[in-house]
Amino acid sequence: MSAFMEMAQDGEWLRVLLLRDYNTRVVMAGTLLLGLASGVIGTFLLLRKRALLGDAVSHATLPGIAIAFMIMVAFGGLGKQLEGLLLGGLVAGLAGMGCVLLIRRYTRLKEDAALGIVLSVFFGLGIALLGIIQRMESGHAAGLESFIYGKTAAMLARDAQWIAGCALVILLAGAALYKEFSLLCFDEEYAGSQGWPVVWLDVVMLGLVVVTTVIGLQAVGLILMIALLIIPPAAARFWTNRLRSMLLISGGMGAFSGFAGALISASFPRLPAGAIIVTVAGAVFLFSMAFGSARGVLYRAVDHVRVKRNTVREHLLRAVYEHHERHQPEWTPREASALVDVPVSLDEIMGARSWTPRSFRRVVRSLQRAHRIRLDDRNALRLTTDGLREAQRIVRNHRLWEMYLIRHADIAPGHVDRNADRIEHVLGPELVHELEELLKADTERRNVPPSPHALS
Amino acid sequence: MMQSISEAGRYPVAIQDLTVAYHRKPVLWDIDLHTPEGELIGIIGPNGAGKSTLIKAALDLVPRISGRVLIYGKPYREQRHRVGYVPQREHIDWDFPIHALDVVLMGRYGRIGWFRPVTRAHRRIALEALDRVGMADYAGRQISQLSGGQQQRVFLARALAQDADIYFLDEPLAGVDAATTRVIVDLLRDLRTRGKTLVVIHHDLQSVPQMFDHVVLLNMRVVASGPMTDVFTPENLVKTYGGKLTILDQAAQAIASGE
Repeated sequence: MSAFMEMAQDGEWLRVLLLRDYNTRVVMAGTLLLGLASGVIGTFLLLRKRALLGDAVSHATLPGIAIAFMIMVAFGGLGKQLEGLLLGGLVAGLAGMGCVLLIRRYTRLKEDAALGIVLSVFFGLGIALLGIIQRMESGHAAGLESFIYGKTAAMLARDAQWIAGCALVILLAGAALYKEFSLLCFDEEYAGSQGWPVVWLDVVMLGLVVVTTVIGLQAVGLILMIALLIIPPAAARFWTNRLRSMLLISGGMGAFSGFAGALISASFPRLPAGAIIVTVAGAVFLFSMAFGSARGVLYRAVDHVRVKRNTVREHLLRAVYEHHERHQPEWTPREASALVDVPVSLDEIMGARSWTPRSFRRVVRSLQRAHRIRLDDRNALRLTTDGLREAQRIVRNHRLWEMYLIRHADIAPGHVDRNADRIEHVLGPELVHELEELLKADTERRNVPPSPHALS
Repeated sequence: MMQSISEAGRYPVAIQDLTVAYHRKPVLWDIDLHTPEGELIGIIGPNGAGKSTLIKAALDLVPRISGRVLIYGKPYREQRHRVGYVPQREHIDWDFPIHALDVVLMGRYGRIGWFRPVTRAHRRIALEALDRVGMADYAGRQISQLSGGQQQRVFLARALAQDADIYFLDEPLAGVDAATTRVIVDLLRDLRTRGKTLVVIHHDLQSVPQMFDHVVLLNMRVVASGPMTDVFTPENLVKTYGGKLTILDQAAQAIASGE
């Protein structure tokens, strides 16, 4: 809180927000583009089910950075040339990726084991090398640790230009290879049968991931880089069922996380940008998970309730219809309309199934509102014309499905009912038509075919 | 016995001396197979007989230890555009964010080529393919919202969109509903009348006589191969499946009903 006060006093907050400061603008632009690129390439990575490979790759960059530093010092430099360090990181990251792919291909180890081995060994090696550097060249090595946790404050305009350039390359490659990558992610085997070079496409895709990771080292750090690759696409998936829009949404979310995270971290002293960027991305993810319009938790819950209501409603109408059927043995379809307004006691219908009183009352009320049934003051229930029509449709679908199961799936008739109760609600018109054809002989006799098993 | 390439050129698929092994364990031995043109060819054998592997080896999807596969006399590499493939449904992540039409469009990617976007003409062809399997109304559906049979039809439409001469289908009728079975069988027959060659892995012995013109009995090696009536006999089935009673019963029924 004191930090906030301190900042508010010298008006730094406003300066940051309005991007007055040149360095802030640079950092913002850099993290925004980084988020955009990783959101896009991360989508492919996630769909290729290689998400954790990004983590192994980012950890694997550390020894490369350390070795690059050592080489540059050995050749008389200060060892802090950013391009050199990132090149080292790139080479080591690619090497790490190569190791995972080789272990997976030439041993019988599974991918998770390969990832664990590569991640820990490379990272351990990097930490050991950092220790050596610290001892041999005291002072100069300070700052290499910033690649582990990220440090946007140290970013220069030139660094941001690097990030921008690489991000552009990644986005262009992603756009150009959209078709090829989506085929690879969806159906590798088919891609192979069509002559697409599956292995090379994989290498290019993962190579782009390595590049993204390396340009993210400075801003986010190697430990948290994986978050920018996984979280935006995972969050985007809650909003859409199409790859194209998932790429756009994921890129947008990544860009937003990068921008907002860097903004917040620049507004408060001593807040590491990487951690804030990841936190923002996490918030975006939580929001998407809850409210996502394609498969968010809330959406699914509402949908589930709707399906449940519908099921109970159909059960009730069917129960009423079957009751009439049992009690009017001489009934034929021509006189079906006679079933309208025939009273049934509510208690009897209530006893026909194990519904809870609450859901029963609720469904009775909703059917009343929809003018499917009418209730009189003596608790007798009557179907309206609409109600009868709907009940006939439901019972007919149900019986056709039962018959189908009995005839074609070798399921004993006694087992069918429970199963069918669930399935009839998802039965498409196409299959119903098919069943009609199959069971024509049975259906011709009545509008609704009789139940293939004794009604209890 | 190796045949010359020119001689093999008469056959849509000529497999010569093929051996495939996984981790030193042979899966297919010395397969020699020549399929006739424009027929429905059933590949039949017990589980683990190497049926899928045979197709995958023909399509260069698994490495071969020896032998060669020729498509109209030339290596598969040069003839890919003439071959359509319908893999099994199991290895697909049906939760993938993609619509039915986009899946079918993948059948056109080989013709569209590197980097180029999908054009309206390709989209139209894909839609026609969906229509032929009775799925045009489902073009915009996410694939997880389709039933197993509908998913299978989408896969078939993808192969149709390739507009190939030879189709390899890996158990297209496994776990599909009656409506889909009818659509697929009708479509296979339709393709055959247009002169296409169809190589179909099939698991249900009872429907073999109605479905196929030519049968290959496989159990790590080719037990028998030839016209259905010559090859689909109880003796050959015993050689393929061993003495399993239930299967022989099925086969006896099938043969009786086919006559």
